[in-house]
Amino acid sequence: MDLTRFERISATEWRLPPQGAMRVPAVLYASEPLVREMDDKVAEQMANVASLPGIVRASYAMPDAHWGYGFPIGGVAAFDPDRGGVVSAGGVGFDISCGVRMLHTGLPRAAVEAVQARLADALFRAVPAGVGSTGALRLGGKEMDAMLVEGARWAVRRGHGEESDLDRIEERGTMAGARPDCVSEQAKTRQRDQVGTLGSGNHYLEVQVVAEIHDEDRARAYGLAQDRVVVSIHCGSRGLGHQIGTDFLRRMTLEARQHGLAPADRELACAPIRSELGQEYLGAMRAAMNCALANRQVLTALVRGVFAVVLPAARLPLLYDVSHNTCKEEWHLVDGARRRLFVHRKGATRAFGPGHPDVPDVYRAAGQPVIIGGSMGTSSYVLAGLETGEARSFGSACHGAGRSMSRNEATRRFDGRRVVNELAARGILIRSPSLRGVAEEAPEAAPP
Amino acid sequence: MSGAEVRWEHFRHGADIGVRGLGRTREQAFEQAALALAAVVAEPARIREAESVELSCAAPDAELLLVDFLNALIYQMATRRLLFGRVEVHMQQTADALRLEARAWGEAVDVARHEPAVEVKGATLTALAVAPDAGGGWLAQCVVDV
Repeated sequence: MDLTRFERISATEWRLPPQGAMRVPAVLYASEPLVREMDDKVAEQMANVASLPGIVRASYAMPDAHWGYGFPIGGVAAFDPDRGGVVSAGGVGFDISCGVRMLHTGLPRAAVEAVQARLADALFRAVPAGVGSTGALRLGGKEMDAMLVEGARWAVRRGHGEESDLDRIEERGTMAGARPDCVSEQAKTRQRDQVGTLGSGNHYLEVQVVAEIHDEDRARAYGLAQDRVVVSIHCGSRGLGHQIGTDFLRRMTLEARQHGLAPADRELACAPIRSELGQEYLGAMRAAMNCALANRQVLTALVRGVFAVVLPAARLPLLYDVSHNTCKEEWHLVDGARRRLFVHRKGATRAFGPGHPDVPDVYRAAGQPVIIGGSMGTSSYVLAGLETGEARSFGSACHGAGRSMSRNEATRRFDGRRVVNELAARGILIRSPSLRGVAEEAPEAAPP
Repeated sequence: MSGAEVRWEHFRHGADIGVRGLGRTREQAFEQAALALAAVVAEPARIREAESVELSCAAPDAELLLVDFLNALIYQMATRRLLFGRVEVHMQQTADALRLEARAWGEAVDVARHEPAVEVKGATLTALAVAPDAGGGWLAQCVVDV
């Protein structure tokens, strides 16, 4: 990226002053090498977001930002409904509430390595993954609507987990304000057999080991210890979220002029928060959030079922569950005043600091756990939200591995079988229904 | 016109992928863009023509019509587990909209034989264009989210 337009605020903060239609500055957090590798489109998209009505303070981008659609992926933007603020389907993305959850196993590395291949095979059999896979549940009518209203709580009520899991999920597992009546029949049809499926692309289930600890106190607060094994699940709202994104991107595009919005780019399609369309989108998007929370909860139950057979000593309590494609109504301090804002995080994770009322009691003193996924061959991270994040990014952080190479280039350069063999030589076992899919997600193509 | 290309290709877009169809006519460019979409999931040459589906869409302009058309295919791929190897498109301008009727031939996904790489979530308005190209033919393209 060309840095000449940016002011350097510090080694990791870059500011694009308001110019043209921009109402607020654009602020990018990343080291200089990371910024230089970014596409110029990131700056263009940050500037476009900064021009939307009702935006507050700045259009932000996180260190893993890359070219998205409308909003950059890795973008954070907050809008004030009292000042004409908007909500954008592109600012949330198609995979609504895509996120990561991490489970403790309590087991040392050696105990898992002793049954590594058996565990990998059993997980692969039990957890539906890849194109065309379906879950064991069939949902329709009232049961579908109940899932869309209650999220992970619905799953727990149906026997997929424990009440205590809900304390360690954003929104306590249920996003309030969901409106299944705003979700199209097409979206519900896409979801009818997809609850409890992982999906494809960069979605995964990984058995991981704690390799390094950088902050002993917070690690202790999160229950993480050196050499202990954890399980991470990365997936989202599946077909339902994809269809809601599709439906509302179209409606927001067609109705933009009607709302007096003529954004610089059609893909920035949005609607005033206080419009009927804006409210319908928020209701549908929250239903998709609950779908994602329910999905990760059902997957958790499948993982626990496998461990109960292969490693029965493990209990697998939840560490935390974060979402990184959302628009949430939150209170933030802006110029000394508390304001109710709608914060879009597109490929960005909420990261509230110590003492924040939305952080569960168990983590209130340490700050919110922020789970950042890596690629197949690189590390994942558990970060901690800090109080300073509030003023710098409305309490937001990065979300995980991006891409440095196109899917086609990855397929040309990497052979899926060879990637599997090379990772196996490093002690990393891969189970995937598609070797082409493995090649497209090769560690060199999707670095952290 | 005779020099215009009829083919599809992918183009780079960050974490996602762009689909581009080129044809002698706008309809052909749409057909090729559909094959580019299908090829994101699996190689079109591996897809047998075991069944077909009919699609119809209407939009105020050709660009939104392309997005609607690709999303209609994505919906069939998602709900009927279909992969497509051939698509035929007809368009008609009416007083209130540009309309499209299409038939797509393909078969249900067979993981072992097709090795499907990734499912497509939706067609976006990013890098969206339906326009005459330099060779005298038509181009139809957009980024799809995977």
